[in-house]
Amino acid sequence: MNPGMHFLSGNIACAEGAIAVGCRFFAGYPITPSTEIAEHMAYRLPQVKGIYVQMEDELASMAAIIGASWGGMKAMTATSGPGFSLMQENIGLAVMTETPCVVVNVQRGAPSTGLPTLVGQGDVMQARWGSHGSYEIIALCPNSPQECFDLTVRAFNLSEKYRVPVILLMDECVGHMYERVFIPEEVEIVNRKKPLEDKRDYLPFLPKEDLVPEMALAGEGFRIHVTGLTHDERGYPATNPEAHEKLVRRLCEKIRVNKKKIVDYEGVLLDDSDVLIVAYGAPSRTSMRALREARKRGIRVGLFRLKTIWPFPEEELRKASSNVEHIVVPEINYGQLVLEVERVCKGGEVHLIPKMGGRVHSPREILEYLINLNR
Amino acid sequence: MMQAQEHPLEKYLRVDRLPHVWCPGCGIGTVLGSYVRAIDRLGLDLDKMAMVSGIGCAGRAAGYVNMDSFHTTHGRAIPFAVGLKLAKPELIVTVFSGDGDLFAIGGNHFIHAARRNCDLKVICVNNFNYGMTGGQLGPTTPLGAKTTTSPYGNLELPLNLPYFAASCGSSYVARWTSLHARNMIECFEEILEKKGFCFVEILSPCPTVYGRRNEMPEGLDMMKLFKERCEIRNFEDTSRVGLNQEKIIIGKFVDEEEKETFEDRVYSLMEEVKWGGSR
Ligand code: SF4
Repeated sequence: MNPGMHFLSGNIACAEGAIAVGCRFFAGYPITPSTEIAEHMAYRLPQVKGIYVQMEDELASMAAIIGASWGGMKAMTATSGPGFSLMQENIGLAVMTETPCVVVNVQRGAPSTGLPTLVGQGDVMQARWGSHGSYEIIALCPNSPQECFDLTVRAFNLSEKYRVPVILLMDECVGHMYERVFIPEEVEIVNRKKPLEDKRDYLPFLPKEDLVPEMALAGEGFRIHVTGLTHDERGYPATNPEAHEKLVRRLCEKIRVNKKKIVDYEGVLLDDSDVLIVAYGAPSRTSMRALREARKRGIRVGLFRLKTIWPFPEEELRKASSNVEHIVVPEINYGQLVLEVERVCKGGEVHLIPKMGGRVHSPREILEYLINLNR
Repeated sequence: MMQAQEHPLEKYLRVDRLPHVWCPGCGIGTVLGSYVRAIDRLGLDLDKMAMVSGIGCAGRAAGYVNMDSFHTTHGRAIPFAVGLKLAKPELIVTVFSGDGDLFAIGGNHFIHAARRNCDLKVICVNNFNYGMTGGQLGPTTPLGAKTTTSPYGNLELPLNLPYFAASCGSSYVARWTSLHARNMIECFEEILEKKGFCFVEILSPCPTVYGRRNEMPEGLDMMKLFKERCEIRNFEDTSRVGLNQEKIIIGKFVDEEEKETFEDRVYSLMEEVKWGGSR
């Protein structure tokens, strides 16, 4: 799309963000409510010499983007709940093999087939722990079509920088919301580090200072071996306790030590608040309205909006909540991120406002909750 | 003093990883040996080749070839290879895995890669069971065969792999055994030079966990059986090559004229489509 102002849905904005940052490979399987991303990629990618391939299922989609990434393309897939479950297996492979790629999950009502066309936020913990094993991952959470564009760009950049799959955790409401989206002339583009060393001495999994190894691609003459097995710095299977300890620690630490650079949030009226709303995605929009109404009534409410869910902004939230009496967490599920909030916020009392039924909280609902707290 | 001589095939293998994990009497090594001999005969550039494997005994092959190699998740070698080949079409991409990996857990991917005519060379070592996990029944285990999960005899009917592969649209389909090294090498030469989806099944002894439960405790026992019962019938109708008969029918069954591959179509679309979406 040409630079400038557009009127786009979150799903389309996400696809355009991917194209702007250099994504040239999309493998996916249709699923509501994410399908528009695949459709738009099928239309747009050939125009920019990119590849769209519709795979036979989400297992294959995830495997194909990892393969394409090792072939040198920036690659992504997009899905929703049931498809996200199927992708977990190879998300683990991408973590273990440190393969840059982006996975978009436009969350819908769940469990199981649940509410295919309606909103949900039930995959928050799955985004964090969905694949087996100890690992760290990055998950971003946009709350507007503009942010779907911006955070998709960021998702690719983080994924290239840290060599980790990055999950863009959208929700149906944001995915289907139409708003103005500004597409800039240029976006920041980060590319994976390439090895400069002599091909014979190159160790594909030898970390650099930031704990991230340089990435040689297939076909470049490095003769790399890449395995989902525990491996040494040469990439060879090494299923001994020392190798496992070393690898798992590094895979986790490369995200943990860089957390400050990854974490991103928006704070609204944090300084003087007695009540803090912690929200992400669609409920952060209705929370904003509730906040304004509450302020009019003299209730001092602040909003801590997470743009990065994983890694969780512990320190930042702890600081923002240190002087509040109440922390209110509206989520479109029966309580997920609230567990992290409870873990982190030691001062005020934490309240969950759950929401099921495939609907977004109304501003009134949240406002009434705030008013009742202040009675 | 005698100078240690380099084996002529050493450059094709990661000798620093040897010895390999395979059991004595196992056929997988012969298959991999034939594969690298085919590369040697063709004089292919290893820097322009990649191998993708799934999980299982045969899936370990990727770890031993001296080319870019990917040991992926169980059943997902083919879709991984689909992505890799699309992103780097100049590579010759071989998928080397076992029957369980490619046809049980990964069966669906096989269908669709063959249907698209993806330019992949799929080599399946069929050892009639799940070897790495200790010998359980799989999609190719013969009816009545004993495995750890069919202690009273297998109740399932095995898949006729060449028939299945041909019906999915494969450009090339063959079956050999680990006894037929010479034919195997020729066959691998053919598929490495052929464009399109190529499938080769290699019957291979697994004495350690399959043979010993089925009266073939030595690797040689199944090789003898191959010798006695194999019959080469090139271009035989694949519906008639099921392994449920006295004769084991081997040979090249399908070798179609070169067809447009999926990669061809994807890349020509890129050339044709204009900004704005018209073709
Ligand atoms: S278990 Fe069977 S297939 Fe696996 S290496 Fe041993 S003999 Fe070969």
